[in-house]
Amino acid sequence: MEPKTSAQVCGMGHSMKRKEDPRFIRGRGNYVDDIQLPGMLHMDIVRSPFAHAKIKSINGDKALKVPGVLAVITGETLAKYNLHWMPTLMSDTQMVLPTEKVMYQAQEVAAVIATDRYTAADGVEAVEVDYEPLPVVVDPFQALQPGAPVLRTDKKDKKDNRIFHWEAGDRAATDQAFAQADVVVKQDMYIPRIHVASIETCGCVADFDRVTGKLTVYMTTQAPHAIRTVFALVAGHVGLSEEKIRIVSPDIGGGFGGKVPVYPGYVIAVAASVVIGKPVKWVEDRMENLQADSFARDYHIHAELAAKKDGTMTALKIKTVADHGYTDAAANPSKFPAGLYSIVTGSYDLKRAFAEVDGVYTNKPPGGIAYRCSFRVTEAVHCIERITDVLAQELKMDPAELRMKNFIPKEKFPYKSALGWEYDSGDYHAALQKALDKIGYAELRKEQAEKRARGELMGIGISSFTEIVGAGPSKQFDILGIKMFDSAEIRVHPTGKAIARFGTKSQGQGHETTYAQIVAEELGIPAAHVQVEEGDTDTAPYGLGTYASRSTPTAGAAGAMAARKIREKAKKIAAHLLECSEDDLVWEPGKFSVKGSPQRSKTIQDIALAAYTNHPQGMEAGLEATSYYDPPNLTFPFGSYVCVVDIDRGTGMVKIRRFVAVDDCGNIINPMIVDGQIHGGLAMGMAPALFEEISYDEDGNVQGGSFMDYLLPTAMETPSWELDKTVTPSPHHPFGAKGVGESATVGAPPAIVNAVVDALAHLGVKHVDIPMTPERVWKILKEKGVAE
Amino acid sequence: MATHEISITVNGGARKAQVESRLLLVHLLRESFRLTGTHIGCDTTHCGACTVLLDGQPVKSCTVLAVQADGREVTTVEGLERDGKLHPVQEGFWEKHGLQCGYCTPGMMMTSCALLARTKEPSEQDIREAISGNLCRCTGYVNIVQAIQYAAAKMRER
Repeated sequence: MEPKTSAQVCGMGHSMKRKEDPRFIRGRGNYVDDIQLPGMLHMDIVRSPFAHAKIKSINGDKALKVPGVLAVITGETLAKYNLHWMPTLMSDTQMVLPTEKVMYQAQEVAAVIATDRYTAADGVEAVEVDYEPLPVVVDPFQALQPGAPVLRTDKKDKKDNRIFHWEAGDRAATDQAFAQADVVVKQDMYIPRIHVASIETCGCVADFDRVTGKLTVYMTTQAPHAIRTVFALVAGHVGLSEEKIRIVSPDIGGGFGGKVPVYPGYVIAVAASVVIGKPVKWVEDRMENLQADSFARDYHIHAELAAKKDGTMTALKIKTVADHGYTDAAANPSKFPAGLYSIVTGSYDLKRAFAEVDGVYTNKPPGGIAYRCSFRVTEAVHCIERITDVLAQELKMDPAELRMKNFIPKEKFPYKSALGWEYDSGDYHAALQKALDKIGYAELRKEQAEKRARGELMGIGISSFTEIVGAGPSKQFDILGIKMFDSAEIRVHPTGKAIARFGTKSQGQGHETTYAQIVAEELGIPAAHVQVEEGDTDTAPYGLGTYASRSTPTAGAAGAMAARKIREKAKKIAAHLLECSEDDLVWEPGKFSVKGSPQRSKTIQDIALAAYTNHPQGMEAGLEATSYYDPPNLTFPFGSYVCVVDIDRGTGMVKIRRFVAVDDCGNIINPMIVDGQIHGGLAMGMAPALFEEISYDEDGNVQGGSFMDYLLPTAMETPSWELDKTVTPSPHHPFGAKGVGESATVGAPPAIVNAVVDALAHLGVKHVDIPMTPERVWKILKEKGVAE
Repeated sequence: MATHEISITVNGGARKAQVESRLLLVHLLRESFRLTGTHIGCDTTHCGACTVLLDGQPVKSCTVLAVQADGREVTTVEGLERDGKLHPVQEGFWEKHGLQCGYCTPGMMMTSCALLARTKEPSEQDIREAISGNLCRCTGYVNIVQAIQYAAAKMRER
């Protein structure tokens, strides 16, 4: 798409260099741990070595004797203020600090407040806790068995470990379609627990001013406004009132969903600051971050797909057990307990579908955050893209051909899916064809045949995903009843420059640049002259934050709508200045001119000055507007990825030789930033496919709780991604954008799995669970007798 | 806890500090000297967010005691810009979109500087190996590689 604005204005379509970078490349970013306030104290946390244990006693006497240790906070301390439990977003409850028992290894048990971080750590070592271990439930299937220990003994009427049972679709009609099918394929797959592991961990500085009664919390949060309201609702009874709470989300070192929840550490730090009257800093270390912060995935999926002999898919049936850990603290603002999992029919014109999910308690930390995707979309895409390949293998059809045969045709959009979503727009055939052409699919198949003949293992995998982002329409989403709009407030200054504030919060996505470009596109004010601010609840308009690829679909849309309100007023002022009727004016970015006499014109800068100096009589001064945008629908970005892998028969190592990603996120604001989002998303798609998993032994001991064992991809394993795009605008978004931050994380894993299975298919392999570590792959090679 | 007086040259300036034996260099830089551009991302020397140059060599400052830096020269991200002019590596990261959240960036740039000080024309493989001790969760590394290639070309022109 050719940009409509000049390079100087830098509206949509320009690869503008990022406005936030000058501070980051100088080391002048301002992250939570960089904040140092006068008199600030430090907090460190005592954590449980047991996955399930009764707390018999906690003794802080020795800790309090360490010079510099000021306080030891326990559940009993918080219970005096009724702050020892807090609600989760899913209407469940979560301990801040325990009074009776711990429910997972690394759970917070007590907190130590000291004058510096080293002394706080000394204090933690000196706290004595007496535990009595209890039976541990790690396996969610066992947790559902009759007679399994009931974990949530705090819930008086709870007799089992089931959190919820959720269903979508028509079970009877789906069963009937299965009964009539020529072919049915079935596959179990496990999507393991993973952790977003943003390079910055979580933390806060809580600063309560006893004189003014104002609480300021600088915290690593993706949703500062929602946090403010949560704090006011949870701690209203101890006197925290919403106008006296200010949440500041400074620069954030990566979020990916992990910085949406309210973790106990934040609440304890706030309580400590309120009680002591001094600022308290808490920053978790990496092991605390990996072992105790919320997790993603942990879905045990059974999928069945029915089809005709010619490959026409007819029905899909999914049964899933979701391990939520000891509480349902999913960061899921949808009205559905399994989030958007019902996007599981994917890119295919499936007439019948039925999905059911059982949520289960186990002795693990809370799960259910997103890992760079909307709520459960990655699980859904993995499921459908994997079972599609299982069907292709069964029918001995080419997986590309099978997809092409079953894609929703572009003329069927807007398309109502069997599980109830209305897809806004798409052209799936075009995206897959582009990806196949770019990678040279036919040649690769020839090469594969030759290699196979020589005993070499090479595979080609495809994933044609449909995303569902931009949460969301208030009919489907809310947080504590608050609708999931997002907001923008734009003020144009007398000299024609502007400040624009938003209810979202960038964690690296580049909002300071892209939002400025949206304003530039709509008003013609150069993006360089638009100052973007987010993250301070005292100044920014109310919004629900950044996750689920929602910033562009919601706050970005609000930015355009606010700018259009400004343009309406600007038109009235221009008519006044040019002494003509508004109807005689035409707009081009940055300027109104009189129809037929283009030399008679007023720039947005002329108009801005007039808004403060020479506006029409009866009109209020100023040039500003606010918009709260409740999207009419979600957006449905899509794409097709093709991956080529080579497998080492000696080590089982999977090497990604090539990865072509064709993405369609609708109209693009900044192509450079979009490519960057896709690069990063692909790396975070590859990571769980090949490396990352947090598992537990039978006693609930966490495996992989540090970067020693939890392997993030480095530059060595990461290939040079090859990108391309198609552009299918969203029909309902003000400038046709769809959101892009997460597409690649959602779409990439099944492409890689499908490639690995394809490499091994001639050996009779139909499925491989992730992560496809060398060990796991080598075992398969050994079993099939091809390991070297 | 025993304390020690140490002298360190940081970004060209002489500094003295009274430190506990156990104080890590990264905390000395961040908390005593308020050079907060050097970040902390793990406890196990894996992520490289805390990378600084110690006598010109890249080290992870979370695994160096402050006392070990006594009498030596430390360069942090704050020392890259000279006379108001960005270092070519800084230019490269900005120009090529080599950063997103910015958290790994200072460490990544310090490692890059050390690479380019010893290799004028690094291959893509050289670059990937050099930064393999620095984790980035945002960029997928492609643009970081390009940023370093850009900086290498700039430095050869000079």
